[in-house]
Amino acid sequence: MAFEGLTDKLQAAFSKLSGRGKLTEKDVKEAMREVRMALLEADVNFLVVKDFIKKVTDRAVGEQVFDTLNAGQTVVKIVREEMTAMMGGTHSRIEFTGNPPTVIMLIGLQGAGKTTLAGKLAGMLLKQGKKPMLVAADVYRPAAIKQLQIVGSQVNVPVFEMGQDKPVSIVRAAKKEAIRTLHDVMIVDTAGRLQIDDTLMTELEDIKAELNPQEILLVVDAMTGQEAVNVAKTFDERLNLTGVVLSKLDGDTRGGAALSIRAVTGKPIKFASIGEKLDQIEPFHPDRMASRILGMGDVLTLIDKAVEAVDEKKAVELEQKLRKNQFTLEDFLEQFQQVRKMGGMADMLSMLPGGNKIASEVDEDEVNKSMGKTEAIIRSMTPKERRNPGILNASRKRRIAAGSGTTVQQVNQLLKQFEQSQQMMKQFTKMGKGGKFGRKFPFKF
Amino acid sequence: MSEVNEKKEKKGLFARLKEGMSKTRESITHAIDTLAGVYKELDDDFYDELEMILISADVGVATTEKIIDKLKEEVRARREGNPENVKGILKEIVADMMQAEPFNPQSPTVVLVVGVNGVGKTTTIGKLGCYYKEQGKNVILAAADTFRAAATEQLTIWAQRAGVPIVAHGEGADPAAVVFDAVASAKAKKADLLIIDTAGRLHNKTHLMEELKKIRRVIDRDFPEATVRVFMVLDGTTGQNGVSQARVFRDAVDVDGIILTKLDGTAKGGVVISIQEELKLPVYFIGVGEQKEDLQVFDPKDYAEAIF
Repeated sequence: MAFEGLTDKLQAAFSKLSGRGKLTEKDVKEAMREVRMALLEADVNFLVVKDFIKKVTDRAVGEQVFDTLNAGQTVVKIVREEMTAMMGGTHSRIEFTGNPPTVIMLIGLQGAGKTTLAGKLAGMLLKQGKKPMLVAADVYRPAAIKQLQIVGSQVNVPVFEMGQDKPVSIVRAAKKEAIRTLHDVMIVDTAGRLQIDDTLMTELEDIKAELNPQEILLVVDAMTGQEAVNVAKTFDERLNLTGVVLSKLDGDTRGGAALSIRAVTGKPIKFASIGEKLDQIEPFHPDRMASRILGMGDVLTLIDKAVEAVDEKKAVELEQKLRKNQFTLEDFLEQFQQVRKMGGMADMLSMLPGGNKIASEVDEDEVNKSMGKTEAIIRSMTPKERRNPGILNASRKRRIAAGSGTTVQQVNQLLKQFEQSQQMMKQFTKMGKGGKFGRKFPFKF
Repeated sequence: MSEVNEKKEKKGLFARLKEGMSKTRESITHAIDTLAGVYKELDDDFYDELEMILISADVGVATTEKIIDKLKEEVRARREGNPENVKGILKEIVADMMQAEPFNPQSPTVVLVVGVNGVGKTTTIGKLGCYYKEQGKNVILAAADTFRAAATEQLTIWAQRAGVPIVAHGEGADPAAVVFDAVASAKAKKADLLIIDTAGRLHNKTHLMEELKKIRRVIDRDFPEATVRVFMVLDGTTGQNGVSQARVFRDAVDVDGIILTKLDGTAKGGVVISIQEELKLPVYFIGVGEQKEDLQVFDPKDYAEAIF
């Protein structure tokens, strides 16, 4: 899977931050050192890395810790946000013209995967109800035209070619042909070239001047190293790209190019090409990609859920109670319900970075059963009993056990657990850190 | 169509290498020269900057740290205090790391060329064919990339350019069957060198790696008298993923060495230093363009010289 290596390394860095209440600048810097190494090893451009680390560190050190989560997670959240921003924020679509044909020009280095991508793009647009035409403008590589013809026939899209004619003449004739045959999209497959080859770069400028294309997409091999930004920058300077397509994203690539290019050129990544089959192309979503890279795709969802489930007012009340040592079984019940609302233990765990492994070891049924019993026991108590468990004598306990379908032993067990957590909280309060743990579910199941 | 490429005049081997690598040289040398000018002494900042320069050449973090450590050691041992002289030491270290036995194929030899998609395998094989043909060897090419559209056609054109025979079945054929025929043909024609093109495959696709193993088995079984050399073609613009490519191909088909392509751009291909360091796979050739003479025997000293 793409990004796995990067994901593992980032998670290792983050694991050192999680579980910390307050983070010092030193903690963050240390973690950022590891993040830096991970990004560099993933081929993210070193200048982009430098900039990224600075941004995250500045924000993390300056920002107040987000109320409902611990500081480590806040840092992860910042990293995720900055990473999404680095890749361009939102998904960017193809621009179609009101005056067809829409012209899409594919350019890039040799071997980036332009011809295959041309086929994939044509196939995708065909499915979306467009009437695309492929244009073979790679007149240099032996058999490139033949390759495009084969690819075109596989996706049922016609290929316009004029052999080894001049590319500018080819595209001029192709546009006329597209208009005549009512094709509304024209995808031009150009020859691979080095960004420093002036003659061939001029040729691209000529093609651009001839066609006035809506889209000039740079195809970049996802495995490209530090060079990716140089390539993208030069192509962008000469042709003013409208976007980038990442190819071969199905390797075990760590996707450094994906992270760097947008940061350096400001041009969005529009598609990711992920396999050898011609339908394997997908729109590029920076936010989802960031999740994937961080291997914590749902932490934000979890944060959302936490925000939804935790009533701010109740949380403040709870905190007050804890400070005054008035935490009751009612509050205990409340906390159980919050966990429920957030989707249960295993679900919550699986949304945490690295939590998948733990979640798979948790017996969801067992946990739910035990939680259900606890709930039933508390619900079988009178409000007075819930507020003051001290009044529970043998007779009351028998009644509660019968009412909740449990045994007196189980009722006693719960009371003991409750007492323990009360003790724990007392200690926390004494330590002067009572403010935060109202949201921490400090119970064993 | 090859006429398009004829516009550049022929040049000497070393000149071509130098020219091909010039962009690489310019950028790194310039950076290091600037550095040497800025820093009057060898402090941490100096080494940090040096580290960044190597990393930006795709050398990789771990290998860069190793190189810097070695450099510091050398600098200490030689009591060197002048940043200007550090460049020479750095050059020596890199050349030393990249040292390897040259590839001199004895007849008969089978060269199996592998690599991920789009690294330039077919072009490289065309150039290899030309290179050994010019050396008077009896060369046969085999088109065992039966997957990519028009790959066989592309290699056929190269065979014509080189003036060497080609064994091909066409798209969709069993690659192992192509290799089987090619081996028979090489035996019958008493070829010195059989060069086999294979389909590009992402190294994480297990079934494709199995196919490659099968090809290797066919060669080993049917042509036991031949020396088999497996070269992995690596795109010079590839980053740290190059190491895992080399590792997986080595594990599957016992790769002997690397051919580093596309060095005529600004790419530095520094990941080969990591590959050499971690997997002990040397570089045998470099590709510096699309013309048939744009293939150079790799020379560690020239490489280090050309880079720094």
